[in-house]
Order: sequence, then C-alpha cells, then structure tokens
Amino acid sequence: MNDITDDLRDLYQDLILDHGKNPRNFRAIPEANCEALGHNPLCGDKLVLYLTVDDNGLIEDAAFQGSGCAISMASASMMTEILKGKNAAEVQKLFDYFYGLCTDHIEDIAATEKNLSDDDIARLQALSGVKHYPVRVKCATLPWRTLQSALDPHGARKVATE
Amino acid sequence: MKKNESPHVGKLAAADFPALNQQIHGYPLVYFDNGASAQKPCVVLEAMQRFYESDYANIHRGVHELSMRATDQYEAVRETVRQFINARHADEIVFTKGATEAINLVAATWGRKFLKPGDEVLITELEHHSNIVPWQLLQEQIGLVLRVAPITPEGDVPLESVRAALSPRTKLVSVAHVSNALGTVLPVREIAQLAHAQNVPVLIDGCQAVSHMPVDVQSLDADFYAFSAHKLYGPTGIGVLYGKQEILKTMPPYQGGGDMIDSVSFKETIYKPPPYRFEAGTPPIAEVIGLGAAIEYVRAIGMDVIAQHEASLLAYATERLCAFNDLRIVGTAPNKASIMSFVMERAHPHDIGTILDRQGIAIRAGHHCAQPVMEVMDIPATARVSFGLYNTTEEIDALVRGLEKVQEIFG
Repeated sequence: MNDITDDLRDLYQDLILDHGKNPRNFRAIPEANCEALGHNPLCGDKLVLYLTVDDNGLIEDAAFQGSGCAISMASASMMTEILKGKNAAEVQKLFDYFYGLCTDHIEDIAATEKNLSDDDIARLQALSGVKHYPVRVKCATLPWRTLQSALDPHGARKVATE
Repeated sequence: MKKNESPHVGKLAAADFPALNQQIHGYPLVYFDNGASAQKPCVVLEAMQRFYESDYANIHRGVHELSMRATDQYEAVRETVRQFINARHADEIVFTKGATEAINLVAATWGRKFLKPGDEVLITELEHHSNIVPWQLLQEQIGLVLRVAPITPEGDVPLESVRAALSPRTKLVSVAHVSNALGTVLPVREIAQLAHAQNVPVLIDGCQAVSHMPVDVQSLDADFYAFSAHKLYGPTGIGVLYGKQEILKTMPPYQGGGDMIDSVSFKETIYKPPPYRFEAGTPPIAEVIGLGAAIEYVRAIGMDVIAQHEASLLAYATERLCAFNDLRIVGTAPNKASIMSFVMERAHPHDIGTILDRQGIAIRAGHHCAQPVMEVMDIPATARVSFGLYNTTEEIDALVRGLEKVQEIFG
C-alpha cells in the first residue's frame, strides 16, 4: 500500500508537474496563421493553440493558452517545445508515436519510433505513464488533436474529445 | 437489510450493498459519487431477480397468470411511489425512464400545448442541464423566453431572486429541489407559493432530493415533481414524473404506441387517461419492481434518519476540509444537503479525482452537467463529494488522508 506515491509518480513525474505548474510558451501569438480551439467537455479542459507556419510548411513558433488539469497543460507545454522546425508530416509521426505510448500499442510505438530523434522520443516518453490511467489519455492527447486540427487546411478549428 | 434486523445507516447499511464490499487499487472502496448514481442494496437486486425468475410477463395485456402477477406488482409500485412522496392519487405517478425524460415529457406535452411565443419559463442559474436544455429546445420550436434567476456567490437562491425574475409573462417555474453541483437546498415551497400567487405552475427537479430527505409533494404544492430511481438506490432506466391530476388530464400524449390507448381505428384513436396515456410501449417492468424495492428499503430506515445521518456527514466533512488552507469549498449556502464541491489551489479537480481513485475513493470531477454554475462561480470544474446513507465518518477521514496525498504530490 505504501507504493501508492510511486504508482502516482509514474504519472505525476516532476517534469510533468513542473510543466503543469509553469507551462512553457503560454502566450498568444497575435500574428499566428494557424489556430485551433481544443475542448474536453467532460472535464472542462480548454486550450487555444497558436502556430506560425512558414511558406515551406515548417512550424516557426508554437504557443498556447488555456486551463485544465496538470496532464493536459503539461502535454500542451511540452508539445509546443518540440514543434519548432517540424512540418505537418513530421507532426503526424510524432502524434502517432505519442498516441501509441499513451494507449500502450507496442506495435505502433515500434513502427513510428525509428523516424524520430532521441530527444523527441525522450520528451514524449515523459507522459507515457498515462497509459495506466485510461480515462486520462484524452487529457494528454487533447493538445495534439488540437494541433492536428490547426494544421489541417480543411479542419474544423475546434476539437472536442470525449 | 436482512430480516429481523433493525433498519440502519452508515457502516451497518453498507453490508446491504454488495458493490461496496470490494477493494479498488488495493484500498477498500469509498464510494462518494452518490450524486451521480447510488449503489444498489441486495433487496433491490433480489426483487428484480425474483420477478424475472417467477413472475415475469408483459403487463396490462394477458389474461394469463404471469401477466396478472406482473401487472399487479407493477401497479403496486405506483402506490408505493404515491405514499413515498405523499401524492394524493396513484394515477398522478407517471413512470418515465428517468428525471430527464420526465422534464422532457412536461416540455413536449404541457409545454407545446400551453406555451405561446413570448411566454416565459423561469429557471435558476444552478440548474442541471436536464432542466435547461428541454426548455431551450422549446425556445427554438415555439419562441418561448427562458428567464434565469441568479444565484448568490455562495450558491444560494434567495426567494427575492426568484420574485424579481417572475413577470406577468411567466408561464412555468422549473427549479431544482437540491443543486447537484453545490448541494444548495432551494426554498421550493416558498417558490411555489410565489408562483401560485400569479397562477403559474411549478416543476421541481427532485433528483438530488428524494434520496436525502423526506419529500411531500402536497406540502410543497408542486405541480410537477421529477426524479430518477438510480440515485435512490434503485435501477437505471426508470424514473418518476409526479403531476397533479387536474394538470395531467389536460396534457396530450407524449409518445404514441401500445398501452396508451383505449381504442385505435384509422378514423379516431382514443387515448387512455393519465398516467397510462404517457406510458406508451412496454415499460421497464423489472426496473419498476426494483424501484419499489428501493423505496421500501429507504422507508424502512426512514428518510428523516437518512437526512440526519447525511447532515452529520456533511458537517463533519465541511469541518475537516476547512482545515486545508489550500482548499476552498464551492457552494456555502446555509441550507445544504449531502453534496460538497471544492477546488484546491494547486491541483485541478481532475487530478484530485485520479489521485483519490488510486486510494479507492470515488468522487466526481468536472462541471457536473451544470456548466452555467461553473461560469457563475468562475471556475472550470470542481471536485465533488456526495454522500449516501451507507457512508461513514471513517470514510471522510480516508478522504482527508487522500487529499493530503494530493498536497504531497502537488506541493
């Protein structure tokens, strides 16, 4: 019974708590050319993601504002840190890998891991503890789904997860 | 409750509920999510099982023995419900699939018949979505106006607030008896007096009240009263709409189908009188039997005994949680029942919910299907603890230890 803290620390690592408490890139980008709103109606998590994407489709800047649980805020904060210099195809690979981690799909993880840098893998793995908390997966993936919508030229610009 | 034992609450009652006797993540389950739905005592499960095993058939149809037994038991529950809420007549009790359907039924039948464009339906800011959205649907369909009486920062609904929102155009007042998000007990009897003074009927959403306090619809002078069985230790899929006989009689049918007609021809169909007019099709018969068993269970204990027990739990929990300097109770109206919502400075309600769950404590985190309340209180969500008759002060101590763990993790 006394391993309860260890068990919870698997999810609430210091890095996550730090990003949750002091989110990086927590600001609006007035000149953003991609923007989307993400909302989790069940728990009220809400965030606006701002991106500036250059003519070659590379993300120049990424930032967000919003409110939510430690998991969604930390996920958004860490996501904005690794987006700079990536294009839509690379973002998709990051998301596939991250989603595989969160849902513990080992095949997806193996298939997507080889395309990513060690640095990105290490950052994304910080949130992998969420796989033991199935109802919290949507918190961790909300920023990523919002990102997909922001980058999709036909996207709804508004995502809701259940 | 086993035979020959006196009725009870707290730890002794917990033994009547098989689901409570289990470990969650290695800890004994502490079930504090009764506001969302309550666990079921053996007597409810057994009554439904026994009914399916020996008396099951469709009701109001057959000349055969089983159909008669099923019909008798089903109709006997109508009488049980009548006594439980002290309605005047058993035919004022309409079975619905829950409180949500009960309110929708009033909107779809009484509302469509009697409300005209520009008429006002008055609700309060603390309503559950199920007492907001049915009226918004009518707003779109017939152009009625939804008026909202504001709540105080404490989450209270002063009578003055309702008085000020009433207008000559008000045609219905529809309010919660107890707020599901804050626990506020509304002055529904006084609200009904105000409304009746200008001949306006009153619907009371009693979902969070019937399992926690004695309810007497005649004394409240409610025109409609709605509740669900599943929060009252009964099964899901069944609820009750009480309506005064003279009002139900004026209402057109809700759904068309079998069991709600006297005769059908292609020239003319004649509907049955209430309550059958509103119960088209084969109802959830076993669930009605289960509701009857649940009501008998709580009546044997005594609603006043349950109310007293839960009031002492609420007082104890309020005292223990007030000792946390980084915790704020949301909803501090003087008259509250069984529900405590709170927020913590450094931890989001959802994170509180996860950390408590890992210690076997089930609470609700979120907006509780009452988003306007969250907006008024200027918070995205709360953590909510809601008590039932089987909860104990020891479980509140476990909650306190759980919240200390939240503090430890979130610093």
